[in-house]
Amino acid sequence: MTVNWYLIVSAMIFTLGAAGVLIRRNPLVILLCLELMLNAGNLALIGFSRMWGNGAGEIFAIVVMVIAACEVAIGLGIIVALYRRRLPVDVDQLKELHG
Amino acid sequence: MSIALSPWLVLACPLVGMLTIALLGKKLSPSVAGTIGTLAIALAFVFAVITLIKLQALPSNARVETTSLWDLVNVDGVKIQLGLYVDPLSTFMILVVTGVSTLIHLYSAGYMQTDEGYVRYFAYLNFFVFSMLLLVLAGNLVLLIIGWAFVGAASYMLVSYWYRRDTATAAGIKAFVINVIGDIGLVLGTLFLFKTMGVLDYGHLFAGAHTAFQKDAPELVIAMLLILVGAFAKSAQIPFQTWLPDAMEGPTPVSSLIHAATMVTAGVYLIGRLHVLFEWAPTAAAVGAIVGALTLLIAGSIGLVMTDLKRVIAYSTMSQIGYMIMGVSAAAYVGGFFHMMTHAFFKALLFMAAGSIISAMGGNQSLNNMSGFRKALPFTFACFLAGGFALSAFPLFSGFFSKDTLLFEVGARGGWYWALYAAGYIGAAFTVFYTWRMIFRAFWGEPCEQAQVVIDTGHAYHPAEHTNPHTGNEDDPSTQEVEDSEVGFPGKEHKYAEKTWQMRFAMIPLAILAVVAGVIELPFGITNVLSDFLKPTFADTIVTYMPDNSGLEAFGLILSSVIAIVSLACAYWIWVRKPGTSAAIQARLPWLHKLFINKWYFDDFYSIFVVRPVVWIGQWASDSFERVIIDGAFIGGTSGLVKAGSAAVRAIQTGLIRSYAALVIGGLSVVLLYFLVRGL
Repeated sequence: MTVNWYLIVSAMIFTLGAAGVLIRRNPLVILLCLELMLNAGNLALIGFSRMWGNGAGEIFAIVVMVIAACEVAIGLGIIVALYRRRLPVDVDQLKELHG
Repeated sequence: MSIALSPWLVLACPLVGMLTIALLGKKLSPSVAGTIGTLAIALAFVFAVITLIKLQALPSNARVETTSLWDLVNVDGVKIQLGLYVDPLSTFMILVVTGVSTLIHLYSAGYMQTDEGYVRYFAYLNFFVFSMLLLVLAGNLVLLIIGWAFVGAASYMLVSYWYRRDTATAAGIKAFVINVIGDIGLVLGTLFLFKTMGVLDYGHLFAGAHTAFQKDAPELVIAMLLILVGAFAKSAQIPFQTWLPDAMEGPTPVSSLIHAATMVTAGVYLIGRLHVLFEWAPTAAAVGAIVGALTLLIAGSIGLVMTDLKRVIAYSTMSQIGYMIMGVSAAAYVGGFFHMMTHAFFKALLFMAAGSIISAMGGNQSLNNMSGFRKALPFTFACFLAGGFALSAFPLFSGFFSKDTLLFEVGARGGWYWALYAAGYIGAAFTVFYTWRMIFRAFWGEPCEQAQVVIDTGHAYHPAEHTNPHTGNEDDPSTQEVEDSEVGFPGKEHKYAEKTWQMRFAMIPLAILAVVAGVIELPFGITNVLSDFLKPTFADTIVTYMPDNSGLEAFGLILSSVIAIVSLACAYWIWVRKPGTSAAIQARLPWLHKLFINKWYFDDFYSIFVVRPVVWIGQWASDSFERVIIDGAFIGGTSGLVKAGSAAVRAIQTGLIRSYAALVIGGLSVVLLYFLVRGL
């Protein structure tokens, strides 16, 4: 089996995630979609790793996972803080940081 | 200690002293600051003596030591080192500078004791001495220019030391501006030399001058004339002399330092240092000699009529520096530097004694108000007499031998130098008159009110309120600006020599030296200490070094003695026996008095032709040019562009996180598509 199918699946998942980030307003869902994008990337990396027959891509995938974990920890922390302060959990309403 | 090390230590001492005092600042108690300052210079003097001993140990044909720490510049054939040049001349200079400065620091420690800015004062003073030493020891013209500019900056800070006096800050600015004009001349002259010769250090300059230029080549003459501009500005020679009398605004010990040890002698040193080049450009040297002669006459004539005690001494300095500039320009090197040394001793002494009188007068400096201080200040009187005898070249005092050596060397060159010789002796008569006019008016006669206070109570006179003597009518304090006693005149207490040991201890050695320092170079070759010592520096002179003509020498000595004694008798007649005589002379020759008292109208000339046009142009520029072009076009235009640009960028900053994400994804997609399409 060629690497193409893996890449097609990966691209589909990535597009799904990106679309989710763009259209959803709940930060929790946006985080989930980000996870989708990251994992789509991981899939592509591992696919390529298999294609070349070496472990470099797998190492990268592990690094990406670590970063994803960190990102989730921070992102969830922010969401909990928002909830505690009784701020709206809606990214369109949290727009004070404008120029 | 090797000879390569000791000159660096001479430089390091005042630098460390200055940094210590300046950085610790207010944490130091005043007496500690004064002690550190004085000790730093005294230590520099010790190292200067060590340098002298080490230098004398070298064989006489190799008495030059160059030492360098590192290269400041070394690119494309330009090599400038942070290097020193130690030879008999620079060693002589550091000995005089550090020796006299040590005593002036000691004097200041007493005189300025109760001044509010005592700590700042000593930091400046150490910096001044450091700059002068750097100037003197520098091994190339670049380092010399650095020292030169430092000296100008230090003089600015010290002249306007009492910065709450408007007159003092104005005098400081004047001194600085004129000095900067000189700096420009010096820098341009250096560039001219560099353009042809491509080197800047003394060794190469002196060795290569005769091959690089024809004798009296126009480029060399122009370069040397530009360098002379620097020397004239620093040494207060015509036409750059106007800053020196105004510099009397600084505290009296500062005047003493500027006039005796540092600053004004720099021009003399520069001409002596570059004597190889000046001798190779006789036209420039002649200009120097003529300007020196003119200055000594004009300054002497102004000194005759000034009534401010310190200004009389200031004009006397200008006149004596005129002698030295004339001397070194006319290749009278021994005489020039001999006179510089004795002048340093007696002029420092005279300023110290003047400071003591001014203290006893409660800050009033006008000779019109002084009289009869002989009994009130016996010690000051004795010192002033010693300094006065030396300054007026009275037979057997130090100034007599030095001035005669100088004029003898000038006269021995013959030709048109006779005119300079004659000018020197006319100036000598002026010198006697203004010196003894000061002495007779300040010390003879009935004690004035202030002198009576000193005699009766043993304390200095304190006026009810302090005034700035440089405003209003100098004779009448009630017309002068009132000032708070913490600014201006030193502190709450007035220190004079009879009551202050530091001042006495500083004045005693100077008084002794003013009397006896002549013995190092007596006429007819009786002693040759100085001429033998300086000989290695001037070994390459193309003029006879120390001419041998005892007939001329004897003639000069007799002429000088006659002038001194006759003029002194005349002065005694005018100011003591028949006190109305000077007023009668003034009434007979009002135009001459007016010319002298207005300082030959130099200040007015500059005011009309330089200062006012410049101020007018500045005013116009600030009103129209700056407002329309600088503010409107440059600043307004630039800031308008930035504002418009940032307004456009700001529109994207919506705060909506999803629109940012859309921009990122959209942007990346476009880039991706571009590469995909191109790749296909």
